[in-house]
Amino acid sequence: MSTAANETRSRGKAPAGERVADWADGRLGIYSLAKANMRKIFPDHWSFMLGEVCLYSFVIIILTGVYLTLFFHPSMNEVTYHGSYVPLQGQLMSEAYASTLDISFDVRGGLLIRQIHHWAALIFLAGMFVHMMRVFFTGAFRKPREINWLFGFLLLVLGMFTGFTGYSLPDDLLSGTGIRFMEGAILSVPIVGTYISFFLFGGEFPGHDFVARFYSIHILLLPGIMLGLVVGHLILVFYHKHTQFAGPGKTNKNVVGMPLLPVYMAKAGGFFFLVFGVIAAVSAIATINPIWAIGPYRPDQVSTGAQPDWYMGFSEGLIRVMPGWEIDFWGHTLVLGVFVPLLIFPLVLASIAVYPFIESWVTGDKREHHILDRPRNAPTRTAFGVAWLTVYFVLLIGGGNDLWATHFHLSINAITWFVRIAFFVGPVLAFIATKRICLGLQRRDKEKVLHGRESGIIKRLPHGEFIEVHEPLSQEQLHTLTAHEQYKPAEIGPTVDENGVERKVTGTQKLRAKLSESYYGEDSQIAKPTVEEYKEITSGHGHH
Amino acid sequence: MSSQDIPEENLPAEQDAPHGAAARPADEQHPFADPGLPPHEHRVQDIDEQAAKRSERTVALLFTLSMLATIGFIASFVAIPVDKSVYIWPLGHISALNFALGMTLGVALFAIGAGAVHWARTLMSDEEVADERHPIEAPPETRAKVHADFKQGAKESVIGRRKLIRNTMFGALTLVPLSGVVLLRDLGPLPGTKLRHTLWSKGKLLVNMNTDEPLRPSDVAVGSLTFAKPEGLEEHDEEFMTEIAKAALMIIRLEPDAIKDKRELEWSHEGIVAYSKICTHVGCPISLYEQQTHHALCPCHQSTFDLADGARVIFGPAGHALPQLRIGVNDEGYLEALGDFEEPVGPAFWERG
Repeated sequence: MSTAANETRSRGKAPAGERVADWADGRLGIYSLAKANMRKIFPDHWSFMLGEVCLYSFVIIILTGVYLTLFFHPSMNEVTYHGSYVPLQGQLMSEAYASTLDISFDVRGGLLIRQIHHWAALIFLAGMFVHMMRVFFTGAFRKPREINWLFGFLLLVLGMFTGFTGYSLPDDLLSGTGIRFMEGAILSVPIVGTYISFFLFGGEFPGHDFVARFYSIHILLLPGIMLGLVVGHLILVFYHKHTQFAGPGKTNKNVVGMPLLPVYMAKAGGFFFLVFGVIAAVSAIATINPIWAIGPYRPDQVSTGAQPDWYMGFSEGLIRVMPGWEIDFWGHTLVLGVFVPLLIFPLVLASIAVYPFIESWVTGDKREHHILDRPRNAPTRTAFGVAWLTVYFVLLIGGGNDLWATHFHLSINAITWFVRIAFFVGPVLAFIATKRICLGLQRRDKEKVLHGRESGIIKRLPHGEFIEVHEPLSQEQLHTLTAHEQYKPAEIGPTVDENGVERKVTGTQKLRAKLSESYYGEDSQIAKPTVEEYKEITSGHGHH
Repeated sequence: MSSQDIPEENLPAEQDAPHGAAARPADEQHPFADPGLPPHEHRVQDIDEQAAKRSERTVALLFTLSMLATIGFIASFVAIPVDKSVYIWPLGHISALNFALGMTLGVALFAIGAGAVHWARTLMSDEEVADERHPIEAPPETRAKVHADFKQGAKESVIGRRKLIRNTMFGALTLVPLSGVVLLRDLGPLPGTKLRHTLWSKGKLLVNMNTDEPLRPSDVAVGSLTFAKPEGLEEHDEEFMTEIAKAALMIIRLEPDAIKDKRELEWSHEGIVAYSKICTHVGCPISLYEQQTHHALCPCHQSTFDLADGARVIFGPAGHALPQLRIGVNDEGYLEALGDFEEPVGPAFWERG
């Protein structure tokens, strides 16, 4: 660009944006990246925006969180409150609590940002939960997306703990009670429990350290890991290309939809503003976590109806309904009443996390899957998912047993016993019922393919018989309803080979054959209509 | 756990085989064939310029609304005092500033989103296109090349041949994180017997938590629930929180005949009994007392203790009874402790025994 001729050329021909892009390409190679991604095709389905809700609320949480750090003092020094919230003036409280009051009452807009931060966190967790269910029930976790499933799962778990450490920071009476609960749970761990507790709290509970420590975990450690996982999650979504539902023109080898530029730039970019706008409006009208009404934490005080944020509710349920078993032996105490819930808590989460690997082991399927399953077409998977949800929601009921009791005028003893029994029985019933519903829906699909859609028109035949007219489906519909795959159960095969030599069958092989039978056996799927069946019926030989 | 033993025929046919990767019309043999992408249907905006103009105006209106809302946000920030409260049905009395800022910000953001989405839905091309997918697995040549490269690299590093280097390196790498672990040691002191002791000791007066006055037996009425702390523990003390977390006491008066537990009766004074207020489940302060039944209830997890029967657990997840503090009356007629709790207060732990 040293000569005048060059300058005129670049000025005269290339617009500024293009020149900037050229400059960047020479240093970052952005054109190769843009070539692959700028017009990348994304399929359209309402359920695909659930993940977007999570992403955007995560961004909102980071934006508002950075703002809050400007005013929040992560300190447990006791101070006397002199701020503008009259009912608490003159009270002793930690600096953390006092600065949260300042954010709420003295910083203009501080309350709004605090509420957006908290609402966005609740929506982030709810979004991840529902998004995970979408991925689970449509089988989107299958190869090649298992690692992305794990990334997402880790985000959910880390999100839960980031949320917990976050709502504990204001050091109010409610969150302090939650911390006490956590400390009690840690104490129950055999051998090392007291040590972990003393190291975490810098001595005895509550000490002077946990707010500062939770602060660095909440704003640095966990969100740092999560940011990395989110980026990895998104890179993999781009790399794998999005899944799609079966339909005309949609195969396992293509992706049908609209390009990133401009349609999804506008739709997804716009959706960020929609999510942010809704959360801002909700924060304007619905108070969340009014710490001024709860008061500062004191370990000898508590209010009734103490509840964690919703995503921690199932762990609360575990601890509430577990019988208080304690075993004393040789001068030691095994606190099963608290330790067993502490063990089940990660097990509940892990059971859904490892599911994709179990399913791929049962099917032995090593192919890539980009066409989503309709939940009915994978009855065992769907039934397992619903059983898991049943456990989760039964425990949520247990976590709020006092609120259920007061709001519905029920006996708290009865609710507790209901949860204890339903924890074991509920998932079994849910499994059976879901599987039957799925099979029923499969039968209906088959019926529709073979006999057409019920038109609601009743026709009387010349000899007096009444029949309902069925309208045949279009080719698009016929294709969509028969596009799903059906596995055959894996059999162990003959245990004796052709030479009469006995073949060894290992226990895992037997287990897999059993599981495979329960997944794909006759009772677990309805064979989809074959071309022969279809021709037999439509050729006119069949009855209407 | 290999899947080698699952025969190929158990896997469903290739998804595209019966349905044809290429679109085809249905015929005798293939009634379920994939008909291919349906033809694009035009929207009203694609054929009617008037409608397209209307969409354009709608989008512009939404973007303009956003601008106005942002101006409203700034105006509210400047004009509305931070402590002004306003009545808005059905929300009740709420902070005027919070409401105004939130609503204007909400509208400013939402209108941008609504405008962008409306733009995309009505004016941008809505023709569906198909992109090819490519297998993620590398082709066999690439795979072979990478394996060969790796073997070459490993060979050139001589790590396989010089075992001494390899083993000492693994040793060093295993040990070096230990420094980091050791550094965590000073996160806190060792538990020792700290969880076994509270501030209570022989002769310490029971001080009413609310009035800060030492309690006399006459201050405790039958059926009432009084919270107490040990004499000398003040709210401003450096370790107040930690000490009260263990020493918090609840005092009730029962009719001596109503006390079923023999030791409880011995450790009481004229029917006045003192129990740890800290729940033995996970440490919530117990704060609900039902005077007719003498039951104390922890509001956190609903553990219920019978204070007339050694505070044994009668419902809920707590594992053992509340520790009782032995009390008496000193020469001046004040209630005093006759020692510390005989067992650790609060949640159970491994060393509790």
